[in-house]
Amino acid sequence: MRTIIVGCGRVGASLAGRLVREGDEVTVIDLRTEAFDRLDDDFPGQAVRGDGTDEDALRRAGAEGADRFFALTEGDNRNILAAQLASERFSISTVVAKINDPVRAEAYAALGLATICRTAMMTESIAAFLGVAADKAAMKVRVPTGRHDHGSALAATTTED
Amino acid sequence: MYVIVVGGGKVGYYLTKELLAAGHELVLLEKDGRRARQIADEVGSIVLNRDGCEGKHLEEAGANRAAIVAAVTGDDEDNLVVCQMAKHHFDVPRTIARVNNPRNEELFRHLGVDEIISPTRMALAAIEQDIPVHELLHLAQLEGGELELIEAQISEDSPAIGRKPTDIDLPEGCSLFVLIRDDSAQQIRPDTVFQAGDKVLAISRTECETDLHRQLIGDAHGGPSGA
Repeated sequence: MRTIIVGCGRVGASLAGRLVREGDEVTVIDLRTEAFDRLDDDFPGQAVRGDGTDEDALRRAGAEGADRFFALTEGDNRNILAAQLASERFSISTVVAKINDPVRAEAYAALGLATICRTAMMTESIAAFLGVAADKAAMKVRVPTGRHDHGSALAATTTED
Repeated sequence: MYVIVVGGGKVGYYLTKELLAAGHELVLLEKDGRRARQIADEVGSIVLNRDGCEGKHLEEAGANRAAIVAAVTGDDEDNLVVCQMAKHHFDVPRTIARVNNPRNEELFRHLGVDEIISPTRMALAAIEQDIPVHELLHLAQLEGGELELIEAQISEDSPAIGRKPTDIDLPEGCSLFVLIRDDSAQQIRPDTVFQAGDKVLAISRTECETDLHRQLIGDAHGGPSGA
C-alpha cells in the first residue's frame, strides 16, 4: 500500500508512524520542515516539503498511483482542496479529509467525500462518557452519505441549472 | 440583482465599490475584523465580519436568494469552498471564483464553479502577447560561438510551407537536419515537404541567422517591434 499524508501535525505524524509499522509505504507532506520533527526518529517513510494543495507538489510527492490519501492539515479548506485533487486528479480510491467545521464536514460527505470531524468526534465522545445520547456515526470517519462518485455528482448538479 | 462577495482584499473592495456604483444589492463578507470595519466605514453596513466559508454565515448573508456569489479571497482553497457551498448547499445559480494557481482552473470548473477569474493567467496572456512567437529559438552554441543550434517553428505564414529543403535558398554554412512533427523527430531528406506546425532544427553560422530567419519564418516579423 502506498499512502500519502498531507499535514504533519500530531495526527498526521502519529498516523504515519502507525501505517509504516503496518508495512505501508508512507509519504508525509508539510509546508514546514520543522513539522517533520514530530515523526519518529527512525521513520522509514518519506517526508516531502511542499504545498499539499498544489497539484505539481502532490505529483512530486508521488500521488500518482497512491492507494490512500489523508488530508490532515489544520485548515479545513486546504484539506478539502487537497482531497478533491487526490480523488479527481489522481484518482486515488481511498481519500479522507479532516474537516473540523461540522457543517462543512456534513456538506462534503453529502458531496461524496469521506470526512472526519474533530469537533463532532470530541463532542460525541464526551457525551457518550457522560451517558448522554451520542451520535456514534459522528465518532468515525463519515463515509460519503450522498453520491459516491464525487466528480459526476457535482457535474450532475451543475448541469441542472 | 443580489450579489454576495466573499473576501475584502483589494479585489473584493474595488468589486464591492463598483457593484454598488452600478446599483446592485450586495453584501461583502470579510473574516478579518479590522479589515471589515475599515471597509464598512466607507461603504456602510453591507459589510459583514464573517467567514464566507461557513455555511451558516452564507445563510445569514442570504445565500438562498443570491443570484451570484463571487469568492475573491487570496486563497484558492477558500474560494473553492465558498463556491461549492453556495452551489450545492444554497443552489446559487452563478458562482465565481478567483483562482491564483492556473493549474486549479480546470479542477474548479469540474467541481461546479461557473466562472473562473485568474489574475495569473491574465498577466501571462498579456506578457505572451509581447513576446514574438515567430522567432528562432537558440538552443546551444557550438564551436566556441561560431555556430548555433537553432529551432525554427514553421507557422502558417512561413514562406517554407509546401516547399522542400532543395527549394529553399539556404545561406552558405547553414544546414537543416532534424524535423519535429507530431511529437516525433525525423531526419530532413531532400523530399521532405514542410508543413505548418513543424519544428526545424538547424545548425547555422551566427552571421547567417538573418537569412535563415527570412527563409523559415518570413520577413514581416523581424522582432518585437513588428507588433
